[in-house]
This record gives sequence, structure tokens and C-alpha cells, in this order.
Amino acid sequence: MIAIGFDNVAKRFPGATANAVDHVSFEIEEGELITILGTSGSGKTTLLKMVNRLFEPDAGRISLFGEDIMEKDPVKLRHGIGYVIQEVGLFPHMTVRENIATVPKILKWDRARIDVRVDELLSLVNLDPAEFRHRYPAQLSGGQQQRVGLARALAADPAVMLLDEPFGAIDAINRSKLRDELLEIHGKHKKTYLFVTHDVGEAFKLGDRVLVMDAGKVRQFDAPRTIIDAPADDFVRELLALSGGRRGWDATDAGFGL
Amino acid sequence: MLEYFVKYHHKLTEALLQHLLIVGLTLVISIAIASVLTLLIMRSRRLSAFVVRVLGSVYSIPSLALFAILIPFTGIGLKTAVFVLVLYNQFLLIRNFIAGLDSVDARILEAAEGMGMSPARILIRIKLPLAFPVMLAGVHLAIISTIGIATIAAAIGAGGIGSVLFDGMRTRSPVKLLWGTILAAGLAGAANILLVGIERFAAKRLHFGEVGSGHARYNSGIGS
Repeated sequence: MIAIGFDNVAKRFPGATANAVDHVSFEIEEGELITILGTSGSGKTTLLKMVNRLFEPDAGRISLFGEDIMEKDPVKLRHGIGYVIQEVGLFPHMTVRENIATVPKILKWDRARIDVRVDELLSLVNLDPAEFRHRYPAQLSGGQQQRVGLARALAADPAVMLLDEPFGAIDAINRSKLRDELLEIHGKHKKTYLFVTHDVGEAFKLGDRVLVMDAGKVRQFDAPRTIIDAPADDFVRELLALSGGRRGWDATDAGFGL
Repeated sequence: MLEYFVKYHHKLTEALLQHLLIVGLTLVISIAIASVLTLLIMRSRRLSAFVVRVLGSVYSIPSLALFAILIPFTGIGLKTAVFVLVLYNQFLLIRNFIAGLDSVDARILEAAEGMGMSPARILIRIKLPLAFPVMLAGVHLAIISTIGIATIAAAIGAGGIGSVLFDGMRTRSPVKLLWGTILAAGLAGAANILLVGIERFAAKRLHFGEVGSGHARYNSGIGS
């Protein structure tokens, strides 16, 4: 089953001279973990945010499990899509439990069901429920915050997860741990994941397939092995050379101290 | 001094109660109006900046002049006084209400929207609680400002502590002036202490890091 389909989708922001996303088409199978790799300004985040209609396309059609997303109520559409963003997505005035309970509360789950689910999710992301349930985001480390962010997005068991550079502001050691955990969580439930990153190593480690973007266009969309063996063009070749050259992007970019 | 109090304490109490009535009435009406106006203008940054600017110039009109101008239209007494005080408060309240709502981190709002919270839910569950400290600072300013300007309202026959002061000036009675001053300053001081306490309590209850510290930025301008 095709989980996410883009058909000739374009998006241009008011006042911009070029399309942020430039007539892009691709299909993602249910259960795949896709990483979207690109530099800043490549259109990767714009592409991601069109899936949950934070941005709306100017042209083309986006479908979720065969249905055109423009025909759905955006608020209801989003209840079925988990969304994780970098760093500060947590609500600072709510405890970990309240944060995770956000979507279940909207869906009117009863208290007992929410409590069970919160503890289940905290265990899933390797946080001790008894210790962390009632903490506020300010009382968590960056890595712990991101775990809670992940748990919150998973709360109502969405069919699709959108992750926008979720580990971008986390130190290298924790980032690597979180990646392993994400792979484990994805492996358990086999939902469809869309993961945006500018980190080549991260994209290749996590992705079943990697979607390489530049200037709003898809340069290559293939399994990591295939991309390494047969880069589609000079841009992809250069991207690979750059990251292979100094195992670098990982530690230098957006990493320490930010 | 004490003699005066013993003899005329009912007058002083009456003035104080009248003053509290003016302040209370003003506060309830102005918070209601400011809330509605804020809801109407908050979506547009340009519109809200414009409204705050207009209200700012109204706020800069000396109160005695504004009271006087309005007498032909609304007459003298409590009604006119409350009308003017409500008008002044709109600047202090709406400025801080808007500033508070604007201070909420855009990324938090994006997360909320992306998770499928409706605009109304985002306002109630996310924006208002996070904006609360700054909004409360606006209410604080409004209360102190109203207590002060309301003394001048006695000039148009609204009563209150101002009537004791104006009486004292008219009859050149130092003891009246002194009691009027004690009441006016005492009330403002007491209100200030109470409000600082409430703000501390609210900040402690919402103990979630730096978000609450924003109110300090908007806490200036009491003296205007």
C-alpha cells in the first residue's frame, strides 16, 4: 500500500523567486522509514510540512493512503500524523504526562487509558515513567526532552510520523543512542516515518531509502547502498564525498554547544 | 489628626469605599473590553500595532483635560469617571495582552498546530497560560494607574479619595490633605504589595523555566 504519494507537487512562498519545492513526485510504501536529506534551503522541511498541511502546495496532489489530503479537515488529518520538531516543541507549562496526553485528550480518551498509554510510551522511549511522568520540560535534558517529544508524537498511534531534524540540537553521543532507539521503535510498529535531516551519516544510517533534495528538486531517491554505489549526479557524488571525507557533518554541523 | 479621624472616619471610609467602587467597576469593564478587543485584533500584527499606537496617544492625554472634555457629553459623576478610566486602561491592558500572546515561542505554536490542536484549543491551552505572566503585569499596571487617576475624578464629582484631597485644598485644611494623601498612597501601596504577591504566586505555580520572566520588560511606565 502507498502511504504517502506526491504527484507533481510545487510550492512557492510569497515574494520568493524560485519554488521551495519544485514539481516533486514520489511514492512511499507503508512501513518505510524515509530520510529526506538536503542542505538548508533545499526544500526538505517545506516538503515535510506539506504532508500535515502546515504548508499547502500551489500545484500537484498529495495523498495519504490513497486519499487527497486537501479533501480532509486539516485538524483531523493531523490527529493521524505524529509530528516531532527540533528542540523546543514541548509545552513548557505542562508536565511530561500532559504533553504526551495532548492528542489522546483531543480524541477524548478516558483518564485510565491515557495513564496506561503515557507509561507505555515513556518505557518505549527508555524513560522511567515513575521518575519522569510529572516533570516539566525545563527539568529534562535535551535528550530526554526529545524522547518525550517522540513519545508525544506516537501517543495516538499515528500511521505516519513526520520528524523534522529531531536530533539536530543534541550532542553526538546521545544522538547516536536516540537513532538506535528510533530504529528499534520503527522496527516494532512498522509505521511510515518521514525523517528530515541535513546529516548525511544520519540519513544513510536511518533510512530504508534516502530522498536527496537540492533547490526544491529530488536529486535521487533510493536505498542507501544504491546511492553510494551509483550516485545519480554530481551533486549527490559531491555530497557523499564531503561527508565521507571527514566523517564530519555529524559532529561539526549544528552539533555541539548550540 | 487622630481627632479628625475619630470625628470624620465615616467620611473617610465612605471616600475610600467610593474609590474602591470606581476602581473595581473600571477594572471589570476594562478587562472585559480589552479581552474582546485583543481577540479581535490579535491575528493581525499590523492591526494590533496600530490599535496599541492609537490607544497610546489617548493614554497621553492629561486626565483632567479628558474629564473636562467629556462633561458636555456624559455629564459629571461616576459614569464619566469610569468611562475615562476604562479608556486609559485599554492601552495598558491591550498592550500587555498582545505582547504576552506575541511572546509565545513560534515553534511551540507550530508543534501544537502540527499535532492537530484547533486554533481555539491552542489559544486556551497554550497561548493564554504562557502569556499569563505578561498579561497579569498589564492588569497590575492598570490597577495602580486607575487608583491614581481616579483621585482626579473627584474634580467632576465622582467622589472617592480625591474628594477628600480637593476638599482639603479648598478649605486649606492640612489635616484633610494629609488624610487624603495617606489613603491614596496607602491604597496604591497596598494594592501593589498584593499584586506583587499574586504575580510571585502565579510565577511559582507556572514554574517552567524562563517563559515567565518576560513581564519585567513591560513593567515600566507606571508613572505616566
